[in-house]
Amino acid sequence: MDGSTKRMKRSATIILTFAVLSVTNPLQGRIVHREQSLYQTILVDDTGSRRCLQFSVRRDQRNQSCIDLKYPQRMVFTYTQMMMAGLLLTPNPKKILIIGLGGGTLPLALNDLFPGTLIDVVEIDAVVVRVAEEYFGFQSGERINVFEMDGRIFTKRALIRGDRYDLIILDAFNGDYIPEHLMTREYLQETRTLLGTQGTLVANTFSKSRLYDHESVTYASVFGDFFNFKHYPSSNRIILISMAGLPTLDLLQSRAERWRKRLRPYRIPIHNYPDRMSRTTDWDLEARVLTDQYAPANLLRSRNRHR
Amino acid sequence: MTNPLVSVLAFTSGFVIMSLELLGGRLLAPYFGNSIYVWGSIITVFMLALSAGYLTGGWLSLFNPSLKRFSLIFFVAAATLYPLTMITEPLMETVFQAITDPRWGSLVAALVLFALPTFILGLISPYAVRLLVDNVDRAGNTAGRLYFVSTIGSALGTLATSFYFVLWFQMDTIILLLSGTLLILGLVSWTAARKG
Repeated sequence: MDGSTKRMKRSATIILTFAVLSVTNPLQGRIVHREQSLYQTILVDDTGSRRCLQFSVRRDQRNQSCIDLKYPQRMVFTYTQMMMAGLLLTPNPKKILIIGLGGGTLPLALNDLFPGTLIDVVEIDAVVVRVAEEYFGFQSGERINVFEMDGRIFTKRALIRGDRYDLIILDAFNGDYIPEHLMTREYLQETRTLLGTQGTLVANTFSKSRLYDHESVTYASVFGDFFNFKHYPSSNRIILISMAGLPTLDLLQSRAERWRKRLRPYRIPIHNYPDRMSRTTDWDLEARVLTDQYAPANLLRSRNRHR
Repeated sequence: MTNPLVSVLAFTSGFVIMSLELLGGRLLAPYFGNSIYVWGSIITVFMLALSAGYLTGGWLSLFNPSLKRFSLIFFVAAATLYPLTMITEPLMETVFQAITDPRWGSLVAALVLFALPTFILGLISPYAVRLLVDNVDRAGNTAGRLYFVSTIGSALGTLATSFYFVLWFQMDTIILLLSGTLLILGLVSWTAARKG
């Protein structure tokens, strides 16, 4: 089965599911699935044609991953779109590693765009994998491998195997709880080795709280210069790193121009991205680097920034 | 004098045990994750080591129990804690290479790293009971008070470590502080025993 047939089949399944559901409850948002996993409460919520994956049941719960059931290719979230800015640094990745599955939006899009590319996805929560398959049309297959394990353990095993990746996407910090061992200098050093000399790293990180400063100095201590990418209305911050050196603005713009058409079905405004990818240091340089020895990320997240 | 000093020592042992247990989970995280099975491994090892420590501590108290001998336990405890700052990394690396399943890996690593210091810390409570009991009628009362102070110590050790220590210090620094505290208390009780 080739990519497009797969996609059509996926769309058909999703639309069918949606049609059945909309008969029972046409307008209001409703929970279609609710499951307690070892790590979190997982909810699937349908509002109109939008289906969202949510973790935790708190009142201020955030959607972790959403799809548009009518247009499954479209990326609903600004931050998911922003992660695709990695393609401006590595236009043709042959091997991709994604830490954190969510609804599977990113691996599916990347599989569509690069049919021959190997994609390894690491997700600690087996229930998330199953929900992504049943409700979000995610499918592992010949080109997409899912590893149900801790991201740090996978990385260490991959190092022993001597694996290398052209593109690594870190998207493990979505829930209420940050896995602190995935936000340390040592972890980033391990990831840097997996990137080899040419790889690109895209990390979804925190734009608020004291953690912003600590996280920024930690990334800078391992990688030096990086693109700091923020984009209204998302409160997310994406860090973009290239082991081959950061491209110039001109190069980013010409690549964005080339991607523009191909990314249109996904609703990714990639031509807006280069101007917003900053290399300016806007964090507290005195903040302590996070290490395996010092990793109170969750405590720092509840603190306000000094300035 | 003996009474409050022994209480302070029991309090500290409780404090150190729980502080170490919390640090244990964090030390293992880079190699084995921080999923529930890592905590399962840690707690299993601590419970086993403590139970063996209680049994042995009670047995040791049969032979000429004294504050001086009691203080030796603290020196040994300090000496077994300190190496954790050096051996943890290479040891976990070895276990990680040898065992693929993170459940058994974390159990073996926890066993090798924490069983010995926790066993030594477990000697303290029953030995302290023996030192404080002067008549059989009050034995239950004395033991109850000792459980009280050492468990309060455990509660505070848990709170202080998870709320504040990890925010202020490196983990090695915390281990060093715990080890140093045990050493100082050992010296204090050694001196008190010589004077008394």
